[in-house]
Amino acid sequence: MINENSHTQYDVETDEELMNHLNNIIQECKNKPGMLIPILQQTQKLYGYLPEFAIRKISTELQIPFSEVAGIIGFYSFFSTKAKGKNVIRVCQGTACYVRGGKDLLSAFKNVLKVGVGETTKDKKFSLEVSRCFGACGLAPVITINDEVIQRVKSSSVAEIVKSVED
Amino acid sequence: MTTIYINNQQVEVPEGSSILEAAQQIGVKIPTLCHLIGHEAQGACRVCVVEVEGAKNLVASCATPVAEGMKVTTNTKLVRQARKFVVEMLLSEHDGDCKVCVRNEDCELKQLAYELGITDLRFEGEKTHRFIDDSTPALVRDSGKCIKCRRCVTVCCEVQGVGSLFPQKRGFQSTISPAFNEDLSHVICVQCGQCSAVCPVGAIVEKDHISAVWKALDDKSKHVIVQTAPAIRAALGECFGYEPGTLVTGKMVTSLRELGFDAVFDTNFAADLTIIEEGMELLTRLKTILVDKKEAALPQFTSCSPGWINFVEAFYPEMIDNLSTCKSPQQMFGALAKTYYANKIGKKPEEIIVVSVMPCTAKKFEAQRPEMTQNGIADVDYVLTTRELGKMIKQAGIIFRDLPDGIMDNPMGVSSGAADIFANTGGVMEAAIRTVYELVTGRELPTEHLHLEPLMGLEGVKIATLKLTDTLAEWKFLEGVEVKVGVAHSLINARKLIERVQKGEVFHFIEVMTCPGGCIGGGGQPRFTDDSVRLKRISAIYKEDEGKKLRKSHENLQIKQLYDEFLGKPLGEMAHHLLHTHYHSRN
Ligand code: SF4
Ligand code: SF4
Ligand code: SF4
Ligand code: FES
Repeated sequence: MINENSHTQYDVETDEELMNHLNNIIQECKNKPGMLIPILQQTQKLYGYLPEFAIRKISTELQIPFSEVAGIIGFYSFFSTKAKGKNVIRVCQGTACYVRGGKDLLSAFKNVLKVGVGETTKDKKFSLEVSRCFGACGLAPVITINDEVIQRVKSSSVAEIVKSVED
Repeated sequence: MTTIYINNQQVEVPEGSSILEAAQQIGVKIPTLCHLIGHEAQGACRVCVVEVEGAKNLVASCATPVAEGMKVTTNTKLVRQARKFVVEMLLSEHDGDCKVCVRNEDCELKQLAYELGITDLRFEGEKTHRFIDDSTPALVRDSGKCIKCRRCVTVCCEVQGVGSLFPQKRGFQSTISPAFNEDLSHVICVQCGQCSAVCPVGAIVEKDHISAVWKALDDKSKHVIVQTAPAIRAALGECFGYEPGTLVTGKMVTSLRELGFDAVFDTNFAADLTIIEEGMELLTRLKTILVDKKEAALPQFTSCSPGWINFVEAFYPEMIDNLSTCKSPQQMFGALAKTYYANKIGKKPEEIIVVSVMPCTAKKFEAQRPEMTQNGIADVDYVLTTRELGKMIKQAGIIFRDLPDGIMDNPMGVSSGAADIFANTGGVMEAAIRTVYELVTGRELPTEHLHLEPLMGLEGVKIATLKLTDTLAEWKFLEGVEVKVGVAHSLINARKLIERVQKGEVFHFIEVMTCPGGCIGGGGQPRFTDDSVRLKRISAIYKEDEGKKLRKSHENLQIKQLYDEFLGKPLGEMAHHLLHTHYHSRN
């Protein structure tokens, strides 16, 4: 049985256009020193995350051991090895948001989306993440949906927000 | 040169040396955990701290270079307390129980706790997350015991050029693991076990075959035989307190008999056989090119070292044809034990259990390869490392030091000095040339003690050339040919040599041993192996070779008998079937 995750990985892996892009990214930077992180960043932009086959390919082409590349990816929080949903919802858990309802707000999102933090819904529409302070503490609690900031969010309106994004 | 004072004692060391090196030079002991001699200091564990006059804090002696006039003290209250604290913190996270730990015997952490006078655990911290990774045939990793010293990372990356292990994640969550904390089988690992040889604790060890061997020995319906690799005799003694480089061949044989093996044989016998087959294979390749004007892969690569085979399969699949098709001596022995020997004693192959004693963990991997079977029966059933044999001898209550010398059994117990030197880097090449040169010219190799000086010693890549003149009629096509051979040990050096080949440098024959120093420095040898220990074992092996009357593989009469009675001729059909194999890309 193929589980859902490996199924989506299979899809991106066989996408020729993406693969051509990946090859270009690698070929362009390959022989310059210190290019591993930029290559990983561009690859993540390309796929939305870092699929294992891409990491293995980068490791082989750059002749850096797979475990070392993985270690570097794990060291930086901005890299992700899990496929993200179409929309990324980030709930601020900075001190101000946290005490002004941010904690309950996060539970509400978990309930409505039926996923945990760092996870993606089955239909791949949403990923739920937490974030540090955005610097909009006056209007806490704050969330972002993709790059849009929404302030003073109430737990009771979570279902509505999700629905509006879905449509 | 720089002069410094350690505990008021003056010492002069080359500029740029570390305080630790200076201390070692005058025999002042400073404990270390993360540091590996010959590699850049990690400064990770801080157990090597010392006091430097005028410095605000204690400094890590492994990572601090000496400065003119520096005054160092290594044994102050502050230093003792700091070292103790470091080890206490490690113990507070450590998820292990010394009483029942495989490393109980030689664990550096346990020993250090003792030396620092730690008699109770003052801190009970959150334990390191424990998981057991036994996904590969040769090694077992236990993350709970890992102290994150990174010695394994250094060895795997810098000595072997493989890079299976690396720090993953960060902070308290960090581990020293294969990519994304997956099992070792998920990444490329050549199974050399060099990581297990340097790990100070029980976090990476060889997969246990001791229990299976005891079970086989207890099973009276089985005929259990043992073969011992050339490198064991120069290292096994270290398990019983002998100086490195003490030859214990005779005691080893007696101890194996006392353990209950039905016959004690020598992998060396199969090493002599390897020389005949591999030497003929080389000559055949040369003939194909020079006489038949057809293609054949040159240089020929030796194939005795299974970590090297794994390395070629993973990193240089395009060069698999360069590998000799000869199975390693261990596997040749196994294949013959279950045919030639089985016939002789009137047993079926399934009634015979072949146990190997190897300096190597990769041999455990090799023995379970599907290529190494006949009709579904493995050529070799179990592989013990030198360390494991040492343990079994102790478990049996045998007083090793008091044993009389024994000799190996027939018909697979006689071997030449050429077989002994398989244990040393450069040895397989020297052994092959002793035979090939004589075969082609009809004359003995004209060098002192039959040695090839440029191929001896611990230089990472070694090269020699040899001109063939006055060749015998059959080999006239080699007249005047300058044979160029290369030798590399440790896989990072193998990479360098392969790159030279790929750039077009012409070699005829290349020997690669996976481990530094060759098999004498194998991943399954007694700990701790550094260059001084390697050199002692190497000279013990040369001594064993020089002490024999029989120095050349082709003069071994048991080998001649084997061809006459059973195999037919070298590279013949039977030899091909039993002694040769093919390898496949793992990419
Ligand atoms: S690894 Fe060392 S300290 Fe840990 S349990 Fe084993 S013997 Fe004890
Ligand atoms: S066995 Fe060799 S290749 Fe594998 S992790 Fe250990 S050192 Fe690296
Ligand atoms: S596995 Fe052993 S050598 Fe590697 S980091 Fe852990 S304790 Fe050190
Ligand atoms: S041995 Fe010096 S810091 Fe570990």
